[in-house]
Amino acid sequence: MRIPPDALPSALPTPFDLQPASFAHVLGQLAPDALPVALGSAQGLPESLRHQLVDGTTVLALIARDGVVVAGDRRATAGNQISRGDMRKVFPADDTSAVAISGVAGPAMELAKVFATELEHYEKVEGEPLSLEGKSNKLAGLLRAHLPMAMQGLVVVPLFAGVDPRTHEPRIFEYDPVGGRYVATAQAATGSGSLAARATLKRLVDADAALDDAVGTALEALADAAEEDSATGGPDLIRRIFPIVAVIDADGYRELPNDEVAGHVEAVLAHRRR
Amino acid sequence: MAANFYVAPEQLMKDRAEYARKGIARGRALVAVAFDHGVIFAGENPSASLHKTSEIYDRIAFAAVGRYNEFEALRVAGIRLADVKGYQYAREDVTAKPLANAYSQALGASFMGDSKPFEVELLIAQVGANGAAADDPGPSSPDRSLELFHILYDGSIVDERRFVVIGGETEPLREELERRYREDLDRDGAVEIAVGALSTVAGRSLAPEVLEVSGLDDRRERRRFFRLRGEELAQVLEA
Repeated sequence: MRIPPDALPSALPTPFDLQPASFAHVLGQLAPDALPVALGSAQGLPESLRHQLVDGTTVLALIARDGVVVAGDRRATAGNQISRGDMRKVFPADDTSAVAISGVAGPAMELAKVFATELEHYEKVEGEPLSLEGKSNKLAGLLRAHLPMAMQGLVVVPLFAGVDPRTHEPRIFEYDPVGGRYVATAQAATGSGSLAARATLKRLVDADAALDDAVGTALEALADAAEEDSATGGPDLIRRIFPIVAVIDADGYRELPNDEVAGHVEAVLAHRRR
Repeated sequence: MAANFYVAPEQLMKDRAEYARKGIARGRALVAVAFDHGVIFAGENPSASLHKTSEIYDRIAFAAVGRYNEFEALRVAGIRLADVKGYQYAREDVTAKPLANAYSQALGASFMGDSKPFEVELLIAQVGANGAAADDPGPSSPDRSLELFHILYDGSIVDERRFVVIGGETEPLREELERRYREDLDRDGAVEIAVGALSTVAGRSLAPEVLEVSGLDDRRERRRFFRLRGEELAQVLEA
């Protein structure tokens, strides 16, 4: 255990602490070496290391009548190699929201983990969850703190979507690598295949569609991204590895079981077959 | 410079203990009752938002009596410790014992060294220890999955079983619970006997609005902490 018992009083919150319920702040106080350190030089990563970095690629989100769908392909790349075929890029942030990641996988997954802990920490300390808007701003703050890493080339671009815990209104937030936060109207995609995915989403998105139809649209967009972008993986029919699809509505976050996704994928592939 | 008069250590400890006990006795008592899948906390608390019980981590809960500002700070410190540990290691590595030890050390150090001791009494509970939830041998077995640590104002720590009362006038409540407690309680049964004992000792029937009832249930997914309020609590009490 890192924290000796006599350090407990210093772990006590101080009144009017400006970050009273922030886990990232607490982590910096109690375990500063758990946080990534920004390298001193601005010249960036050496080329040899750059080729070993694992990148996550296409993730997307779209709004439906009763909620929001978040989906991501499963491919991770390192340079021109395929690093993984079963990577998870969609994570539950809490019971009513999800965070999807693209960019350098290591820091991106870490960001998703810190963010999820952050939301749970806030909820436990304050006794009620943050609003969806509040969560999205918190994620922007974490991204801004990541800026020194982004300057080194370790760029992370998340996508955040969910329903507000009180109003149940579904919303999607997009980010840029320096912490800019943008409210998406009905759909968003990020990562290397996002151009193709976005084109499909724009064409097919319908904010009044049932969630089930929105899942079909999400998989259609991912299939198009996989066709246009070498870093985006299509459905792996041999190993039965399909995109991860999360649905968030008034009942909360749930991931579709593999078999259900397989059914949707089959429908998407059916009209492409000759 | 003012001279420090000699005070015998026995006298010093006695004075401090009396001071802490008086502070704690000013508030209302809180009871914890074990049931077949966890533990419930119940106490009279007219405030709907100033809680005495709280979630600490997936399987760990916190309950306290005494001065609100003191136990609130301790509660947040516990959440911080648990969240940092769970983040650095794994969620299942966050357990009640080190947390109870930390509280014990902090309260003990404060009791001896600070200008005034903490006026609080704490309970730290944990269900489903080491994955025991799946094959829990039942509440009467010594291997059962509930852990319940009772930490006093001076840092002394007791590992409790079945039920426990913390706060001021504990003796009448303890006797009442001793009379009502059975080994095979389910959740609603535990709530019923806890609230029954509180009502009997208070000498009036306690409405759901003035009760704080929460607990840990190892049948829940991931975050085992629950609160029973309003309509839900009324239904349990009517049954």
